[in-house]
Amino acid sequence: MKITLKIWRQKNNTSKGAFKVYQHEHVSEDMSFLEMLDVLNNELVVKGEEPVAFDHDCREGICGMCSLYINGRPHGPQQTTTCQLHMRTFKDGETIVVEPWRAKAFPVVKDLVVDRTAFDRIQQAGGYVSVNTGGVPDGNAIPIPKKVADEAMDAAQCIGCGACVAACKNASAMLFTSAKISQLALLPQGQAERKERAEKMVAQMDAEGFGACTNTGACEAECPKGISLTNIARMNREYFMATLTSYEVQAKGDGA
Amino acid sequence: MKLESKAPQGPLGEKWTKHKFNVKLVNPANKRKYDVIVVGTGLAGASAAASLGELGYNVKAFCFQDSPRRAHSIAAQGGINAAKNYQNDGDSVYRLFYDTIKGGDYRAREANVHRLAEVSVNIIDQCVAQGVPFAREYGGTLANRSFGGAQVSRTFYARGQTGQQLLLGAYSALNRQIANGKVKMYTRSEMLDVVLVDGKARGIVVRNLITGKIESHSAHAVLLCTGGYGNVFFLSTNAKGSNVTAAWRAHKKGAFFGNPCYTQIHPTCIPVTGDHQSKLTLMSESLRNDGRVWVPKVAKPGLRAKDAASIAEDDRDYFLERKYPSFGNLVPRDVASRNAKYMCDEGRGVGQTGRAVFLDFADAIKRDGRNVIEAKYGNLFDMYKQITGDNPYEMPMMIYPAVHYTMGGLWVDYNLMTTVPGLYALGEANFSDHGANRLGASALMQGLADGYFVIPYTVGDYLAGMKAGEKISTDLPEFKEAEKQVNERIARLLSIKGKKTVDHLHRDLGHIMWEYCGMSRTDAGLRKAKGLIQDLKKEFWSNVNVLGGSSELNQELEKAMRVADFIELGELMVDDALNRTESCGGHFREESSTPDGEAQRKDDEFMYVAAWQYTGEDQPEVLHKEELIYETVKPTQRSYK
Repeated sequence: MKITLKIWRQKNNTSKGAFKVYQHEHVSEDMSFLEMLDVLNNELVVKGEEPVAFDHDCREGICGMCSLYINGRPHGPQQTTTCQLHMRTFKDGETIVVEPWRAKAFPVVKDLVVDRTAFDRIQQAGGYVSVNTGGVPDGNAIPIPKKVADEAMDAAQCIGCGACVAACKNASAMLFTSAKISQLALLPQGQAERKERAEKMVAQMDAEGFGACTNTGACEAECPKGISLTNIARMNREYFMATLTSYEVQAKGDGA
Repeated sequence: MKLESKAPQGPLGEKWTKHKFNVKLVNPANKRKYDVIVVGTGLAGASAAASLGELGYNVKAFCFQDSPRRAHSIAAQGGINAAKNYQNDGDSVYRLFYDTIKGGDYRAREANVHRLAEVSVNIIDQCVAQGVPFAREYGGTLANRSFGGAQVSRTFYARGQTGQQLLLGAYSALNRQIANGKVKMYTRSEMLDVVLVDGKARGIVVRNLITGKIESHSAHAVLLCTGGYGNVFFLSTNAKGSNVTAAWRAHKKGAFFGNPCYTQIHPTCIPVTGDHQSKLTLMSESLRNDGRVWVPKVAKPGLRAKDAASIAEDDRDYFLERKYPSFGNLVPRDVASRNAKYMCDEGRGVGQTGRAVFLDFADAIKRDGRNVIEAKYGNLFDMYKQITGDNPYEMPMMIYPAVHYTMGGLWVDYNLMTTVPGLYALGEANFSDHGANRLGASALMQGLADGYFVIPYTVGDYLAGMKAGEKISTDLPEFKEAEKQVNERIARLLSIKGKKTVDHLHRDLGHIMWEYCGMSRTDAGLRKAKGLIQDLKKEFWSNVNVLGGSSELNQELEKAMRVADFIELGELMVDDALNRTESCGGHFREESSTPDGEAQRKDDEFMYVAAWQYTGEDQPEVLHKEELIYETVKPTQRSYK
C-alpha cells in the first residue's frame, strides 16, 4: 500500500505547530497504525529528519497510552485503540490526517504527544477506597451480586486514554470521571466515601478545565472499551445527592 | 563474597511468622524521617509505594510512562493465584507452595516460595477491599477457575483483564497517598543510575523525559520495581517501553544478576507477519483447552489458514497429542513452545513465513456448538480477528511462541535486598520465586506479595539500623559523578551519527537472542551468539544514529539508552546459558536431554542460583553460587508423556 500522511508536527508546548506531509510507500495491510509510524520514523532517521513523537506502550489495547486523532476521530475509524487499528482498514492511496488529542486540559508536549496528567489528578481527588494495606475483611465476607460486580467491572474497564475528551465538542471528561465514580458507587466497599468522592472528583474535573456534558454521546461512540453513557447519568445522580447532604452544605445552613 | 539467602531457620511454615517478629521496627513517629525511592509503578512498585506511604515513610515514586497506571502489569490477562481454598477442592498454602516449587523445576528458594503462598490469601482480601471487581458467582462469592493445568481452582480473575484491575487497585491506593502528600510522584522520568554512598544505595539519577534534565534524588533506601527484560529479544509480549536499564545500572553498581538465562516462552501468541512487526500479542493459553495444535504431515510451504481445510484429516500431524498422549495439547508452556519450533525447523510450519502452527477449533465447535465456544473465548477470537484479519470460527488460528516473562533478575535475599545494601528489587525485576519456570497466574501474585506484604516489613528492618533523619544532599560528589557519567553517555550517543537506526540494531540483537538463546540452546550456538553480540556492541557504539537533542522529549535517545543496556545483558544471558549445561524449566540445553528428547535436569551439578557479578567494562563477569537446599520438598523429574 501507498499512503499520504498529514501529520501535526510541533517542537514543544510553546512553539507553533503545523501539518507536514509525508509520502509513505512501504505500508503493509498487516501493520498496525503504530507500526506504520515506526517504519516512517525509521525512514526519517535514515534521511536525517527527526522522527515523529507519539505516545504508546503496551500495543495490545489495554495500557491507554496511545492516542492520535486520525481522520477526525480519536483512535481512528474503528472503536479500538490506535495500537489495535490495522492498515487494512484504510485504502491504498488514501490520505490520512494525524493530529494529537485536542483539548485545553491536554496541552501538547511535542508532535502527537499530549499531557494527560489532569486525569491522574482527578483520580487523586477521590478515585479510591480509603483502606490501608492489611487489616481488611476476608474477600468473601461481603457477598456482591454477580450483576452488581459485572456492572462495576463494565465501568472499571476504562483505560484512561482520553478518547472521550478528544471526541467531545466540549472536551468534557464526564465519561472518564463517571466510570470510576460508578464503579465505586456500585460496590459495597465504596459506600463509606460515596458522596465525598463524587463531590471531590467532579470539583477536580471542573478545576482542570474540562468542559461540561451536553449528552451528545460522542464519548461513548468513540470509547475503545465501550464505557456506557449510563455512567454519566449515575455520576450526575451521585453528585446531586452528594451536594444535597454534603457537610459543606449543612455547615452553611441555619442549623435547623 | 558468600551469598547469604538470610532465609530464617526453623520449620518451613513458621519461617515468615518468626521473621516478622524478629525484624526491627521503626518507631511510628520516626517513619516520616526516612525517605524511600520506588522506581516503577506496576503491581510491585505501586503496591510498595502506597503501603510504605501509609506506614508514614516519605516516598518518591518514578515511572517513565505518562501515568503510573500504564505500567505493563496492566496487560496481564488470565488471573491471580491464591491459596484460599474457597472451592473446597483440596487447595492449601502448602499445595500452592509445592506447585510453585515443582513448576519452577526445583530452582527456587523454598522459604521465599512458602512465604509467597502464605501471603497470597491476603492479596485477594486487600484487592477486594480496594474495590477490585473480581468475577463473582450468582450467590455473590468470588469465582475461581483452574488455570495452566493446575489440579485445583485457585485462580481469581476479572474477565480477561485481571492485571488491569489489580493494577488500577494498586494505582488507586497510590493515588490516595499522593493526595495525602506521602508519595511524591514523578512521571515521564527514567532512572539512569543508582548512587552509592559509603557502599549503600542512597539515591538515583533520573532523566526528565520532557525537558531532558538530569536530576538526582536521595533517600535512605531504593526499591527497583522495574519489571522484566523480555525486550532483549526485540519481539516479545512486553510493552514497547519495558526495559532492563534500571536493573542493569544497578548490576553495574554491584548488584548481582541472578539466573539471567531463565526466560519464559509462551506458546500461544500471534505469529510474526513481517519485518515491520513491533511486538507480539499473547492470547490466553486457555485456548489450548479446546483448540488442537497441528501441522501438515508433509511440508506445505506457504499454507494459509483459509486453505487448511484442504488438508485431509489423515494428512495432519497433531504433534502434541501424538508425542504426549496423556497431556496432549495441555502440556506445559515450554514443551508446547519447543515442539512448535521443531515442527517449523523441520519445514512443516504454516503461513507465509513458515514460522507458525495451526490451533484448530473446528472439532470443538462441532462438538459443543459455536455458542459454547463463543462464550468461552469470544473476546480472544475477536482480538485475533482484529489483528490478523482471519476469522477463527471459520478457519484455524495460527500461533507461534513468543517471549513472555523473565524469571531471572537481580539476585535478592529473603528480605528482597540485592547485594548492594539498601537496594531492593521487587516483582519481575528480582530473580526469586519462580525458579526456572513460572506458573500461570503467579506473576501478579508475586508482584503484589512483594509490594503489599513483604517489603513493608523488611525495609523497616534495614531502615531501623540507620540513624533517623540522616538525610544526605544530592550535592555530594557521588551524585555529581553519577550525573556526569549519565550526561557523557547521552552526549556520546548523540555524537555517533552513524548509519543504522536504534530499532535496526535492536532487531539484530533480537534475532541473535531468539536464534541462539531462545527456546532451545546449544553450546556451539551460544558461543556463536557471544561473538555476534560483541560485534553488535561495537557496531552500536560506532554506527547508531540518534537524532535530536538531549534537552527535549527525544524518544530515539530513550530507546538508544535502553538498547545499549540490552546488548550488554544479552551477553550475560548467553554466558549464563553456557554455564548451565543442564535443561531446567524455561532453559533447554539440547545436550542435556533424555533419550526421547525431553529436558534433563542435573541436580547434583546445578541445584544453585547463578548470581553474576559485574567486574568492569568488557571484563568477564564472576559467577557466584547460592546453593539451593530442599528441606521439605523432594525434587522429581517432570514427565508429561
